[in-house]
Amino acid sequence: MTDSKYFTTTKKGEIFELKAELNSDKKEKKKEAVKKVIASMTVGKDVSALFPDVVNCMQTDNLELKKLVYLYLMNYAKSQPDMAIMAVNTFVKDCEDPNPLIRALAVRTMGCIRVDKITEYLCEPLRKCLKDEDPYVRKTAAVCVAKLHDINAQLVEDQGFLDTLKDLISDSNPMVVANAVAALSEIAESHPNSNLLDLNPQSINKLLTALNECTEWGQIFILDCLANYTPRDDRESQSICERVTPRLSHANSAVVLSAVKVLMKFMEMLPKDLDYYGTLLKKLAPPLVTLLSAEPELQYVALRNINLIVQKRPEILKHEMKVFFVKYNDPIYVKLEKLDIMIRLASQANIAQVLAELKEYATEVDVDFVRKAVRAIGRCAIKVEQSAERCVSTLLDLIQTKVNYVVQEAIVVIKDIFRKYPNKYESVIATLCENLDSLDEPEARAAMIWIVGEYAERIDNADELLESFLEGFHDESTQVQLQLLTAIVKLFLKKPTETQELVQQVLSLATQDSDNPDLRDRGYIYWRLLSTDPVAAKEVVLAEKPLISEETDLIEPTLLEELICHIGTLASVYHKPPSAFVEGSRGVMHKRLPARTGSGEGTECPDVGNAAGGSAPEAAPSIIPSQGDLLGDLLNLDLAPPTTTGPTPSTSGMQMGGMDLLGGGLDSLVGTALCNILIMSKLNSSLLSPQLGGDIGGSPAMGAGFGAAPTVMPASLNAPVGGGLGDLFDLGGGVGMPMGAYIPPKTVWLPAMKAKGLEISGTFARRAGVIQMELVLTNKAMSVMTDFAIQFNRNSFGLAPAGPLQVLTPLGPNQTIEVSLPLSTVGPVMKMDPLNNLQVAVKNNIDVFYFSCQYPISMLFVEDGKMERQVFLATWKDIPNDNESQFQIQDCHLNSEAASNKLQGSNIFTIAKRTVEGQDMLYMSIKLSNGIWVLAELKVQAGNPNYTISLKCRAPEVSQCVFQCYEAVLKN
Amino acid sequence: MIGGLFIYNHKGEVLISRVYRDDIGRNAVDAFRVNVIHARQQVRSPVTNIARTSFFHVKRSNIWLAAVTKQNVNAAMVFEFLYKMCDVMASYFGKISEENIKNNFVLIYELLDEILDFGYPQNSETGSLKTFITQQGIKGQTKEEQSQITSQVTGQIGWRREGIKYRRNELFLDVLESVNLLMSPQGQVLSAHVSGRVVMKSYLSGMPECKFGMNDKIIIDKAGKGGVTNEAGKSTSGKQSIAIDDCTFNQCVRLSKFDSERSISFIPPDGEYELMRYRTTKDIILPFRVIPLVREVGRTKLEVKVVIKSNFKPSLLAQKIEVRIPTPLNTSGVQVICMKGKAKYKASENAIVWKIKRMAGMKESQISAEIELLPTNDKKKWARPPISMNFEVPFAPSGLKVRYLKVFESKLNYSDHDVIKWVRYIGRSGIYETRC
Repeated sequence: MTDSKYFTTTKKGEIFELKAELNSDKKEKKKEAVKKVIASMTVGKDVSALFPDVVNCMQTDNLELKKLVYLYLMNYAKSQPDMAIMAVNTFVKDCEDPNPLIRALAVRTMGCIRVDKITEYLCEPLRKCLKDEDPYVRKTAAVCVAKLHDINAQLVEDQGFLDTLKDLISDSNPMVVANAVAALSEIAESHPNSNLLDLNPQSINKLLTALNECTEWGQIFILDCLANYTPRDDRESQSICERVTPRLSHANSAVVLSAVKVLMKFMEMLPKDLDYYGTLLKKLAPPLVTLLSAEPELQYVALRNINLIVQKRPEILKHEMKVFFVKYNDPIYVKLEKLDIMIRLASQANIAQVLAELKEYATEVDVDFVRKAVRAIGRCAIKVEQSAERCVSTLLDLIQTKVNYVVQEAIVVIKDIFRKYPNKYESVIATLCENLDSLDEPEARAAMIWIVGEYAERIDNADELLESFLEGFHDESTQVQLQLLTAIVKLFLKKPTETQELVQQVLSLATQDSDNPDLRDRGYIYWRLLSTDPVAAKEVVLAEKPLISEETDLIEPTLLEELICHIGTLASVYHKPPSAFVEGSRGVMHKRLPARTGSGEGTECPDVGNAAGGSAPEAAPSIIPSQGDLLGDLLNLDLAPPTTTGPTPSTSGMQMGGMDLLGGGLDSLVGTALCNILIMSKLNSSLLSPQLGGDIGGSPAMGAGFGAAPTVMPASLNAPVGGGLGDLFDLGGGVGMPMGAYIPPKTVWLPAMKAKGLEISGTFARRAGVIQMELVLTNKAMSVMTDFAIQFNRNSFGLAPAGPLQVLTPLGPNQTIEVSLPLSTVGPVMKMDPLNNLQVAVKNNIDVFYFSCQYPISMLFVEDGKMERQVFLATWKDIPNDNESQFQIQDCHLNSEAASNKLQGSNIFTIAKRTVEGQDMLYMSIKLSNGIWVLAELKVQAGNPNYTISLKCRAPEVSQCVFQCYEAVLKN
Repeated sequence: MIGGLFIYNHKGEVLISRVYRDDIGRNAVDAFRVNVIHARQQVRSPVTNIARTSFFHVKRSNIWLAAVTKQNVNAAMVFEFLYKMCDVMASYFGKISEENIKNNFVLIYELLDEILDFGYPQNSETGSLKTFITQQGIKGQTKEEQSQITSQVTGQIGWRREGIKYRRNELFLDVLESVNLLMSPQGQVLSAHVSGRVVMKSYLSGMPECKFGMNDKIIIDKAGKGGVTNEAGKSTSGKQSIAIDDCTFNQCVRLSKFDSERSISFIPPDGEYELMRYRTTKDIILPFRVIPLVREVGRTKLEVKVVIKSNFKPSLLAQKIEVRIPTPLNTSGVQVICMKGKAKYKASENAIVWKIKRMAGMKESQISAEIELLPTNDKKKWARPPISMNFEVPFAPSGLKVRYLKVFESKLNYSDHDVIKWVRYIGRSGIYETRC
C-alpha cells in the first residue's frame, strides 16, 4: 500500500466524501480518511470544515490514528476554539494512561493547542506529568511548560510551574535536565531580569555533570545556557573550561561550536600569562579546522563564525592558512567566505602562497568570486607592505587578460594602493589608461578618473582623457560626476593654462544643469575657492591625503564582542546583533564578554575594551558595555535626524571655520588673481556672477549674497562673531557670577577607532542655569559625515537633550566642530551606577555609536540652592546620622574665604561660618535639579592643607558624587 | 528554536509541512518557494532571510528540506538536525525521493512529532526510534517493554537497547580514508590532508564495553616514555605512529576520558555506525602522482600529456582509477592515445575521462591527447580547471593502523577472545587535484 495516492485526490465534492468516510464504522476507512485530510492539509487546502468529524476519531486505541488526529488538532484548534474543547477530555484521560508513551504524547500535543480556554484545563495534567515517574514523560512535560508560557505567561507563573521546572534541573535523568534547561533559557529570554536561570556554582556543576551524559542536542542546550553564565573569577572560569574542552571532539558540529563559544567567552577572564591560556588557544584550532570537512551548509556556518574568531583572536588560526584555500567544487557561498578569511590571515609569512592562490581564483568562472579575488589582491597589497609590488604586478597581469570585470575591479583596487603608497607605483598609470574605454561600471570609472586627476601632471593627455568623460556628464552616476568635478579642478590647479575652458565647462555643468545638491554644492565651493584665492584652493584641493588604513572591513569591536557571545547562532551567521532580525522582546538582550577579574591581585586587562566602569571618576570613559536591557532601550530610541531649522547661536561657531576660509578671501577679492576675473567675466548668465561681480565692485551686501547661496552659508553672518565658542556662550548669559562655574576639561569620550572614525570629546557645563553638553566632534575617517543626532539613555537625574544636535553642515574628513547641546532634566529617570553615569548614543550617516561618560554632579546644582539658616539647622538635625558621610580633601591651599567664593561659583552656597579653635567651620547647602538637598560642613584649619567635609543628605548615595565635585572645584 | 519544517519537491510543491511555533504562518511556505526554489539565480547561501524570517535549507537529490525560524537559533544545530533528519528518513525508507516521501508521509509526521518538540531536537537515534515508531501501533507492548523504551530514549545510553543477543559475537572495523590533494603544475603540494572515518559494524551481545586503540603518536609516545626508554623501543614504535590533527567521536564515546587519558572507550550501538572521524596532514602517502603537460599549439590546438605514477607497495593493487582531464568549451575534436585502460572524450562533461581498472604499486602510465579547438572571439581565457583523479587503494594513506579493539562484557558469558574481529583499510580519493 502506498500513501502517495492521498496527494492526488483533487476532485470536487471531496469534503463531503471525506466527511462520510470519517463517520464510517470501519476503522480502516476512518484511518484512510484521516490520512487524506492530513494530505490535503499539507498541500495547503482548507479542511477545517471537517473539524468535528476528525475530532470524533480521537477516541481510539489506534495510536497511529490518534497521532494523525492530534496533528490535525494542532493545525486547526485555533480556528475552531469552541470545538477544540471537545478534545480536552481525551487529553486529560490520556495523561492518566498506563503507557508512558501515550501520557507523553498527550502532554506534548496539548501544549501545541493554542486556545486560551483549553490551557486552563491543562494545568492539572501538566502538573502531574512534571512529576511523572517516567523520565520520558517528564522531559516532554518540561518542554510543555515553555509552550504554555508562550501562550499564557501569567498562568505559568501563577501555577508555580517555573519552580517545578527549576527543580527539574536537579533531575536524575540527563535528558530531563537538558529539556528543562532549554525551556528555562527560552522563558528567561522574555524576562531578562527575572533571574530565572539562577546560575551559581552549584547549578553550573549540575549542568556540567549532565553535559557528559545527555544526547547531542541536550549538550547543545546546556552549552548555550552555560555561555550565559559569568564566572566569579578566573579560577572558576578555568575549571569550567577544563570540563567543556572534551566537547570539542564531538562529532556534532553544533556541539563543537557551542563549546567554542563557551571557551571564547570564558577565556576572556583568564590571565594571558597563565599556562592554561596558551593550552586552550592551541586546543581551539584543530576542531575549527575539522569543521571545514563537514557538509557545505555547516562549513558555511563554521566559516562565518571563524571570521569572527579570527578577528577577535587572530593567533588561534594564524598557521592554518592552507585549509582555507578554495576548492574547485566548493559551493560559491563557501568560496566567498574562505576568501574573506584568507585575507584576514594574510601576513608576511604566507603572502606568497596567498597571492598565488588569489591569482588562480581570478581566472575562475563565477563573476562575484573573481571580483572578490581581485579585490583581495588589492587588500593584500595594502595589508602587507612587502607584498605590494608583487600584488601590483599580479594586478597588471590580470588587466592584460582584458576580461572586462576583472579589469574594472583591478582599477578600483589599484586606486586604493595609490592611496596607501603614494608616489610608488605610478608607472602603471599608462597601462591603466589603455583600458579607459572598457570601463562601464561607475565605481571603476570613478576610480580611473580619480587616478587621472590625482596624477594629472604626469599624464600628458590628462585633459583629453577627462574631457572624454565630460561628454556624457549627465548620464554618469553621482560618484562619477563628483569625481570628475574634483579631478578637473585638480587638473586645472596643476595645469592652469590649458584647461580653463574645461574647468568652466565642468563647473557650469555641476552648478547649473545638475539637480543633485551634493554635486551643486561641491561645484559652488570649488568655484568660489578658485575665484577668490587660488593659492588657498590649491592648499585645499591638492592637500596631502592621509593614508588609508589597512583593515577596512573589520567588525566594530562592541558588535564583535556581542557576536562572539552568539557563536553558532544565526546572529553569527548574519554578523548582526539578534535585535536586528528578531522581532519583539525575544533575544534582544545584549550579551557581552566578561571582564577579566583576577581572583588574586588585580590583573591588568589592556585588551578588554569594555572593562567594567573605572572606579575613578575621571577615568577615561568606556564604550558602553551592553548592560542588559539598558542598551536595548538605547537601541530602541528613535534617532531623528536633525531638523534643519535656522542656525542657532550654538552652531554659528562651528560654521565660522568655513566662513573664514571664504570670508577672508572676499576681503582680498579686489586683488584676486587674473584667472579669477577671467572666469568670472565669462559667467554672465550664472546665478552667482551678479553677486560676485557686485562684491568686486565693493558692495557691502556680501552677507546677503552668501545667504542666497544654497545651503552653504549661515544666515547669521552678521551675528557677533567672537574669538571662539566659549565667548558666544558667555555673551548669552554669563552675567553676575562672582566666579565662573567649574567646568572640567574636555576628555575623549568616544575614540575614533571605536566609532568608524568619529571622535567625540567633550565636557559638561552649567551656564546661566542651563546645563550644556559641550561636544567636540572630529571626523578622522575618510568620508564626509552628516545627519548627526544624539540621544541619551535613561539616567539618574533625567538628563535629556533639550533640542536636536545642531550640526548643520557635513563634517568633512579631518574636520572638527564644536557643538553645544543644551540639556534639560525632565527626561526619564533610572538609577545608574555610578550615579553620574550617562549613556549616550550618537548617530550619523554611517552608523550609531554608543559611549558612556560621567558628568560632574555640580552642573545639577541649581541657583536657588541657598537655604535659610533656620531651615538648615532643622534639616541638619532631621537627617539621621546614618546618612552622614565624611571625606577628606587633601592638598588644598585656599583659605576659607576663597574656598567659599569658589564654591559659590558652582552653586554651592555658604550659609554660615563659625570659627572654633582656629578651625573655620563652613556650613553650606546645595540643591540638585531634582529637588534633593545636600547639606555640608566643611572644616578648614589654617595652615593645614587637608580639609574635612561632612555631607548630609536624605539620599546618601549622592554624597560620593558631591564630594568629588568639591574636590574638583576646590582644586581647579 | 526551529519554528517549522517543510519538505518540497523540485517544483516547489510542499510534501511535508509541520509548524511548531505560532510565529510561523502558512505564508512562510510560499516565501521560501518563491524566493529560493524558484529564484532565478543560483543559491548564494544556505541561510536566507526573508521578511525577518530565516530559512535554513539542505537539498537531497531534488528534494528540498527547509527549517524556518524567527528567532536567533543555533544555526549549526539546525543544519545538524536537518542532516540527522535525512539519516533517520533514509534508515526508515531508503532514498529520499518525492515518491518515498509521499508514500511515507504519515510516518514522517510521526517522526517529526517525536524528534522535534516545540522546535527542540529530541532523541534522534534510529536505533531507539525504531523500537516504538513502527507504523504498527504500540498496542502489544507489556509494561516492562514500555518502560524499557522510555528509559532507552531518555537514558544515558540512548543508542543501544538492553537484551541484545547474538549466537556469534562478531565485529567489523572499516578504516575508510579519503585523501585530498591540491598540487601545483610543478609538482609542489599546495595542500594535502586525509579525512578518515572508522566505521564499525558490531554484532555483540549484551552491553559490551569496548576499547579501541590505534597507532596515535601521542599514546605511543606516552607508552614509550612510561616503559623502556631505550633506543630500540623508540625506533620500533616511533616510526609507525601517526600524528592526528584532530578527531571527533560518535556520541557513544566517553569524551572526558579521551580528553584526560586519550583512550577511546564506549558501549557501541548495535549494527553499523561511525565510531570516529579524524584528520591528518603530516606524512601522508600520496598514492598517485599526476604530471600534466599542456601545450597550446596556435589558437586552435592543444596538446595534453598526462603521466600518472603509482606510489605504494608493488604487491598492492589500486582499483577504479579514473583521471579526468578538462577540455576547453570550444573543443571540436579530441584524439587520445593511452598506454593502459580506456580513455574517452566526453563532450557533455567537457573532459577527457581516462579509466584504468587496476594498477599495481610503483608503476607508471601515460595518456596523450590532441585537442582541436574552434576559433572563438571570446576574450576570456580558458580557466583551466585542475585535473582530478579518483581511485581506491587497499591501505590507509594516513598510515593509521588499528592496534586493538577489546570487548568486555562482564555480565554475559563471553570474553574478548571469543569475539570474531575483522579489520579492513580502504583509501579513496577525496578531492585529488593537480593544476595544469
